[in-house]
Amino acid sequence: MDKGSTHGHHPQPLPDVALRVKALEALLIDKGLIATDAVDKVAEAYEKDIGPLNGAKVVARAWVDPAYKGRLLKDATAAIAELGFSGMQGEHMVVVENTDKVHNMVVCTLCSCYPWPVLGLPPVWYKAPAYRSRAVIEPRAVLREFGLELDDTREIRVWDSSAELRYMVLPRRPAGTGGMSEQRLAKLVTRESMIGVAEANTPGKARKGA
Amino acid sequence: MSATARPILAEQLTSNLGGAIAPPRKNGELVFEHPWEGRAFGIAIALCERKAYDWEEFRSRLIAEIAAFERRNPGAEGFSYYRCWAAALERLLEDKGICTAKEIEHLLAAD
Repeated sequence: MDKGSTHGHHPQPLPDVALRVKALEALLIDKGLIATDAVDKVAEAYEKDIGPLNGAKVVARAWVDPAYKGRLLKDATAAIAELGFSGMQGEHMVVVENTDKVHNMVVCTLCSCYPWPVLGLPPVWYKAPAYRSRAVIEPRAVLREFGLELDDTREIRVWDSSAELRYMVLPRRPAGTGGMSEQRLAKLVTRESMIGVAEANTPGKARKGA
Repeated sequence: MSATARPILAEQLTSNLGGAIAPPRKNGELVFEHPWEGRAFGIAIALCERKAYDWEEFRSRLIAEIAAFERRNPGAEGFSYYRCWAAALERLLEDKGICTAKEIEHLLAAD
């Protein structure tokens, strides 16, 4: 724990962050600034309803519908909204497509910008200092640690998400999925594949990850 | 930030931090490690939805808190994203005159 506070606004560290947050919520309710159930509603929505399954549906649609894919790559925010996904941190979306020549991966070097409506809240490793710094410096090594060994000929593009632009990766459609329905395809799409630290699952692996 | 790569491996990220992190390939996991994290998250969103501030005002303070932590802890040990989040929220509410640290401490002392 760090004791020495450099800024004078409030003591650091928080004596007990849990108690402090609880007190803050009580004060804000008392002041009439938030409703008593407002925080519950937000937390519940992000715990239960908003998650990477939304993004998986977007990817699966793009795999089966070339016109949709065209719209997605051109104006991702609008194309994603077509499927009913929008909201906070869902503006200014850009979808980058993985190909045989190019692999894309996404990071937010400053904080944790992340497209909530399609991917939910970011995983712990995405917010960790090590990922945020190393993804840019040595992406190939980071991908290897995620278990993704890329061919040297495949170019890696690292996209730094911000409030102005939030990126999502359109992974390559796995081989052997020719006759699969959109619903089944969506099950192959993992959150990691949409951040770009993994490929989409192959049909044999689908059940394990889901 | 220095250009030297930090010798922290992604697999350590997923195994060493108290085992609280789901394996990267698992689709869907616990969103918040501790209940207070969900509360701090929810408060920030709920206030923004009530137009108490623009999200960018919050985000800039979150960036500052994370950067300050990383300056104080070059190895980034003990990093807690939601501690930074909670500190950023307090800072913003103080700056906006919505709620001060004094008020929080007063309430804590009363309990």
